[in-house]
Amino acid sequence: MLDKIGIAKRLAKELKDGYYVNLGIGIPTLVANYVPKGIAIEFQSENGVLGMGPFPFEGEEDADIINAGKQTITTLPGASFFDSALSFSMIRGKHVHLTILGAMEVAENGDIANWKIPNKMVKGMGGAMDLVASAENIIVAMMHTNKEGESKLLKRCTLPLTGVGCIKKIVTNLAVLEVTNKGFKLLERAPGVSIEDIKNATEGTLIIEGHIPEITF
Amino acid sequence: MINKEVANVQEALKGVTDNMVLMLGGFGLSGIPEKAIAQLVKLGIKGLTCISNNAGVDNFGLGLLLQKHQIKKMISSYVGENEEFERQMLSGELDVELIPQGTLAERCRAAQAGFPAFYTPAGYGTEVAEGKETREFNGKMYVLEYAFKADFAFVKAWKGDAAGNLIFKGTARNFNPVMCGAAKITVAEVEELVPLGTLDPNQIHIPGIFVQRIFQGKHYEKRIEQRTVRQKD
Repeated sequence: MLDKIGIAKRLAKELKDGYYVNLGIGIPTLVANYVPKGIAIEFQSENGVLGMGPFPFEGEEDADIINAGKQTITTLPGASFFDSALSFSMIRGKHVHLTILGAMEVAENGDIANWKIPNKMVKGMGGAMDLVASAENIIVAMMHTNKEGESKLLKRCTLPLTGVGCIKKIVTNLAVLEVTNKGFKLLERAPGVSIEDIKNATEGTLIIEGHIPEITF
Repeated sequence: MINKEVANVQEALKGVTDNMVLMLGGFGLSGIPEKAIAQLVKLGIKGLTCISNNAGVDNFGLGLLLQKHQIKKMISSYVGENEEFERQMLSGELDVELIPQGTLAERCRAAQAGFPAFYTPAGYGTEVAEGKETREFNGKMYVLEYAFKADFAFVKAWKGDAAGNLIFKGTARNFNPVMCGAAKITVAEVEELVPLGTLDPNQIHIPGIFVQRIFQGKHYEKRIEQRTVRQKD
């Protein structure tokens, strides 16, 4: 089974040279720590920065330089700042190549729910709806099951949707899966995790074809 | 030069009355119009509809207006950091419209640019699109969203001049430029009001035509919401 760092490391393998990438809050943010050597990536944060760098050294924090999680950050050479409309022009206009975000539920038809639990958690969608409605390449990073042990990979989402038919790939603590028109296709399994474990943790249709390799980093 | 400079925040907020629709710049606590918010609290203006990406935290930003029950309705994309907000929303005291962040920005920009409405893919097939016109373009579905109508826009910039020209700093830029000229009256507060002619026209982010009033604020708190640092090796 993978921990959050493991999920982030596996996700980092999805980064390709020349990609502009938007990372959501939580596990996706960790991906920035594991960019493969020798490739050029720029991270976009939808509050208005391209070319995001690591957290600042203590004492060098600047209230005017934050990411979409409201965390203090730094910028790398070649970075730029821009307003919110231009930021979402980058996103809706498909100039951002890859979006990695968290989810509460993903359905086998590619629907995603990650912004609202009625009468319980109502914080808002932020930029998530724009991101999932626009990006060509969206990967969900999440735990395979919720705190109650229930599957988060479902036939149909039960929570209010963030977007419809938009998720292409999912990386969880148990597996890497592709969303196809027949259901979740199992691509890779986490070290020490059996196909049976993944079946038991997946409520939606699971497609298993041929040999399923273990995740490598 | 058309002079937009006003002496202070009191003058800058002249004409703001109960039940108005206000736009307020900022993302989280970064780039919020601190001085305008403080003056709204002082004036005790009530029944406000506030268009702002976030709603501040409990004791800063728009949270200060929420504490005094001055806000009737919030139009935002993310309001997660404010307990008082959540309490007022769940009890029904506060009306809340949550909309996608890109749609929020574009509804400001549309108002600024004179577009009555636009189509966006964001929110299609979700509760955000309920009751809204949808249309297919090139095989993909889009939702019709309308330009905002607001009485005042309060924005914060780094530097400005008496002509109303503005330059923003870092990610404190965020929603501020798209709200300029998107309301009947735009009030800009700046950290530094510099002598006319000292800003390089090549470097202006927002030309003064979008700004009706400008003043210099003093002692910006610029509170950091999530202080994240790394250790030196």
